[in-house]
Amino acid sequence: MASKTYTAGVKEYRETYWEPDYKIKDSDLLAVFKVTPQPGVDREEAAAAVAAESSTGTWTTVWTDLLTDLEHYKGRAYKVEDVPGDDEAFYAFIAYPIDLFEEGSIVNVFTSLVGNVFGFKAVRALRLEDVRFPLHFVMTCPGPPNGIQVERDKMNKYGRPLLGCTIKPKLGLSAKNYGRAVYECLRGGLDFTKDDENVNSQPFMRWRDRFEFVMEAIQKAEEETGERKGHYLNVTAPTPEEMYKRAEFAKEIGAPIIMHDYITAGFCAHQGLSNWCRDNGMLLHIHRAMHAVLDRNPNHGIHFRVLTKILRLMGGDQLHTGTVVGKLEGDRQSTLGWIDLLRKSYIEEDRSRGIFFDQDWGAMPGAFAVASGGIHVWHMPALLSIFGDDGVFQFGGGTLGHPWGNAAGAAANRVALEACVQARNEGRELEKEGKDILTNAAKSSPELKAAMETWKEIKFEFDTVDKLDTAHR
Amino acid sequence: MSEIQDYNSKLSDPNSRRFETFSYLPEMSDADVRKQVQYIVDQGWNPAIEHTEPENAFDHYWYMWKLPMFGETDVDAILKEAEACHKAHPEHHVRLIGYDNYRQTQGTAMVIYRGPIEV
Repeated sequence: MASKTYTAGVKEYRETYWEPDYKIKDSDLLAVFKVTPQPGVDREEAAAAVAAESSTGTWTTVWTDLLTDLEHYKGRAYKVEDVPGDDEAFYAFIAYPIDLFEEGSIVNVFTSLVGNVFGFKAVRALRLEDVRFPLHFVMTCPGPPNGIQVERDKMNKYGRPLLGCTIKPKLGLSAKNYGRAVYECLRGGLDFTKDDENVNSQPFMRWRDRFEFVMEAIQKAEEETGERKGHYLNVTAPTPEEMYKRAEFAKEIGAPIIMHDYITAGFCAHQGLSNWCRDNGMLLHIHRAMHAVLDRNPNHGIHFRVLTKILRLMGGDQLHTGTVVGKLEGDRQSTLGWIDLLRKSYIEEDRSRGIFFDQDWGAMPGAFAVASGGIHVWHMPALLSIFGDDGVFQFGGGTLGHPWGNAAGAAANRVALEACVQARNEGRELEKEGKDILTNAAKSSPELKAAMETWKEIKFEFDTVDKLDTAHR
Repeated sequence: MSEIQDYNSKLSDPNSRRFETFSYLPEMSDADVRKQVQYIVDQGWNPAIEHTEPENAFDHYWYMWKLPMFGETDVDAILKEAEACHKAHPEHHVRLIGYDNYRQTQGTAMVIYRGPIEV
């Protein structure tokens, strides 16, 4: 091997970190960034700078570089590509050797990939668009504690999506009144109810009181309907110790499922809880508060498909994915892309869905996609058509806002869902025949009829802010 | 807006019990059940029949009727087995399952004969 000599000073990044002829290894972790460089910085240099700053490089040469084999450890920018419809930004593809990352540590991967480099001066804006996690790395991560199949078996729900509802108002109810709202939803036909993400353990409703009243509501609804039920007990807490205390109590009282906010609570706490869930046979529902801070700006941040992938790696049995049809953001093709990344075992590159790399999950189970926010019975045909069976549809206002109350609202949703599933199985086109299907089902369900009269006029037609990059934008 | 209606469901009324998929819809006609059987066959799933006393319907394990009909694609043959199970146990719920052996789960499950519930 040729020996190198030490020359102090600043070198161009491209000399070390731009390698267009690099042959990608199966074990490499691949990332694609959308880079908006500062004026005057060319693409190769900017791409190389991103590769350097997110792996082994620093701003100047240091003598200790020569004590290691940088050729082995460095990240490499190996390709740049135009961003359709954008003259300034470009895609930079970077390959990282697997040795750079601690096994099973999303915390470690992300400290590198989206660490200092995001404040780096040579780029004006930077967005992590996609990451290919090599199977070698995937196998070191815990993954969903139960996965779709096990959750179906435990809850005895087959051949249809699951139904949920977030209890509202989000803040201010007493524990006992809260349990009432839960009971009404579950007896009316929902599978799950959910704590709002803001509900942790505030003075108006401490967590322990909530858990106890909610558990009584679940048990009574199960006896009354003969079906298995659950409520996502939010164990998101200020400290991991407190989080585990709440999770242990949920288990002690027989709750089947708990929930966690994986971004605000932090990846370290989250992966710990995911492992706890596997050890304790507990289902884990995942909320994604703060995601829009990271993923909404099309030029800077982290795309949600990446946040989906890391959640699957760290573990969760249900993840909020956006609805496509409700009040919250979501471009249809892009959403279909990350739903696949959450649920399937092998996903091929598909730029029309914003997927930049083939992703192999090996034996890692998938998780349910949760559609929540601004949806009601009229959306049911589209939701079933978009999400298929492995989704959880959560109607908050669309259950609680029923003119006859939660139980009637829940029954309306359940009837609408089952009517759509029946029609789908018969080969009917849901999004075309949705109105007929629902109208016919409402003939034998006064609850559904009332729901359809209540929400008929509501529409959400704001344009999506974060669309897929296309030339026609 | 119509007048508020009560949601009539109680512990003391066995008619309040449900049994998962399609149990919030009116009982299906024979023609409708046939379409669901066809769906199971079209998915490539293995049909199976189970039954139970209505009061034990909450249990995960119902009584298996013979064995799952591996590879059976004749809708009439499947319906005939379901009917035979129903005739042998007229007081029971009879459930039709489609086993998906690739995903190692039940692709679907639905009660197609509802046992009489005594009030």
